[in-house]
Amino acid sequence: MAHIKTLQELFKRYRRPGDIVFAILFLALSLFLLSQIFAETAWVKRTNWYAQPRFWPAVSLIGMAIFACFHFIGSVCSPRLPGRWKEVGFWLSSLEYVLYFLVYVVLVPQLGYLPSTVLFTLFLTLRVGERRVVNLLSATGFAIAVAVVFRAFLQVKIPAGRIYEVLPDGIRAFALIYL
Amino acid sequence: METLFSGLSLLAQWQVLVALAIGSVGGVIIGAIPGVGAAVAIAILLPATFAFEPIVGLTLLLGVYGSSMYGGAIPAILINTPGTAVNALTTYDGYPMTKKGQGHRALSLAYSASFFGGIFSVLCLIVLSPVLAMIAPHFGSREIFLAALMGIILVIVAHRGQVFAAGMLAFFGIFINTIGLEPAKYTKRFTFDQSWLASGIDLIVVVLGLFAISQALLLLVDREHKPRSANVEGNLFAGLKDLFGFKRIASASSGIGVLMGMIPGVGEFTAQFLSYTYAQKTSKNPDLFGKGSPEGLVASEAANNAVPGAAMIPLLALGIPGEALTAMMLSVFYVHNVIPGPQLFQGQLDFVVALYLALILLNVIVLIFLLFSTNLLLKIIQIPTRFLGVMILTLSFVGVYSLRNSVTDCAIAAGFGVFGLILKRLNLPIVPIILGMVLGGIMEVKLRSAMARVKSPLDFIDRPIAAVLFLLIIGILVLHVRTVIHEHRTRRQQENETSDMSTQQG
Repeated sequence: MAHIKTLQELFKRYRRPGDIVFAILFLALSLFLLSQIFAETAWVKRTNWYAQPRFWPAVSLIGMAIFACFHFIGSVCSPRLPGRWKEVGFWLSSLEYVLYFLVYVVLVPQLGYLPSTVLFTLFLTLRVGERRVVNLLSATGFAIAVAVVFRAFLQVKIPAGRIYEVLPDGIRAFALIYL
Repeated sequence: METLFSGLSLLAQWQVLVALAIGSVGGVIIGAIPGVGAAVAIAILLPATFAFEPIVGLTLLLGVYGSSMYGGAIPAILINTPGTAVNALTTYDGYPMTKKGQGHRALSLAYSASFFGGIFSVLCLIVLSPVLAMIAPHFGSREIFLAALMGIILVIVAHRGQVFAAGMLAFFGIFINTIGLEPAKYTKRFTFDQSWLASGIDLIVVVLGLFAISQALLLLVDREHKPRSANVEGNLFAGLKDLFGFKRIASASSGIGVLMGMIPGVGEFTAQFLSYTYAQKTSKNPDLFGKGSPEGLVASEAANNAVPGAAMIPLLALGIPGEALTAMMLSVFYVHNVIPGPQLFQGQLDFVVALYLALILLNVIVLIFLLFSTNLLLKIIQIPTRFLGVMILTLSFVGVYSLRNSVTDCAIAAGFGVFGLILKRLNLPIVPIILGMVLGGIMEVKLRSAMARVKSPLDFIDRPIAAVLFLLIIGILVLHVRTVIHEHRTRRQQENETSDMSTQQG
């Protein structure tokens, strides 16, 4: 009994709510990946162990599984913290912004970098509740500055919007290169 | 002397000087805004720098890296909110000094201590260069493998109280690096027959997700928090003279910073912790620590600013990054086919010298900028946090998408963004993943080439440097186990004493 108590004390650690959910998920991921090692990696004949394609995935996944196991035990041995599911709700609520981000990614090659960035920053500013005119103007100014600095000035590799093709001749070439 | 002039001429190009100025001033502003930090800025800027010459890109990133901690001290001292994570210890004594009406003294001391630490580390780098140039060629594959392994072990054990989490995340990083088509035997690893996984997961995509997108999501979802307004009055130049009174602490802390910066996997936090403890133990007024001790402030700021210069040592000499920011810089080298390591010191010493000079210059630029513009910076940092989230998310897009115009990359980065958000909320470390990815790749390549010449296991460590590295690894592991046992015994003893006392009182 005393041994078990010592073990518990050794594994006990500082935690935050939701720790055990993460510990379980990470352990499950580690074990799943480890179970796939034979199907997802190859063992090549007439090749030494250190040059085998399977060697490093195996090392990393075994290490991951062992440490994830200890991390999980640490979580179980520590006193329960209230607010676990509220915390998970917080993690999930970030997916809403991930969705907006991905819509923005898809829109850029269609609408062009400048227009989609202006739309994206304006939409997000409204979404987070910054509805004052000064904030909306700042968002627009920021979007224009980013587009100009990165696409026009630094010539960062971002495709021109398909919509630019329908612009009048004079503006089209400019938009295709700089906006 | 010829190398020095050659380095100077590299540095004297207008593009380099502009990059240095933008990087230094931008770094201070970024560092001063709570919730951004150098890692976010470097992650975003990284792909944009690939279009520049290596020296231009690196000075821009070095500027941000070296100057962000200067800026981070401002909100730490005046509003008790560290601008960057490594300024957290600065709040312990900086803010109490502000409450005592010594805000301007605390700021000027922080600036001058940071300047001292920054210059000290560059001077160490310059002094050590000939030694490095001499030792580095003796680092063959097995030595580099052992150094990378030591980096992984150190990054795990340095996360005291979170060793298991750091371990699983470091191994996760090594795993991510193995995904895709491997270059030796051309077999697929963990692609699950998905074409988008065949080319592997790019380090920059992971970095942007874990550092930038996660921070943006955190700011967007969390409650609105606008930094308080503050103002500073008084002569900020006085601290330069004031620092002479603390020259022992400043020198020792910078020395610790340099040492910790050089060791892969350790970094600013350990440097600060050790120098703060040293300053407190050797102080005439140890009770004042945490209540507004100028010595504590100097120890913290000199130590953290000494790290960037020193962190360049393993990166330049061996091609081994010691922490996340130098790991990101490594990709700039790779993109331009400049391979850091022994060859760099032998073949392109002027490039190395130009980087040293850039580091000195950036410290001077930042100090001058700060002495005149602290109050202006205090106004700039009052951006509502949710708006800051919008800005970071918008900028993250440029970083990921400009790599190869891939929607998949953006989706992977967003996935890592959510993962990073969870880690940040749980206070689990992110750096082990990045170091795992970079050092895992180095270990795989170097082990393969090293083992080709090894007949028996002992051959691996029959060269002096390899033997020393091996002994160091064993020493680190033994020391860690000893510390854990010692801490456990002390905790039990304390608990027993408390229960004895409560029994007696009861």
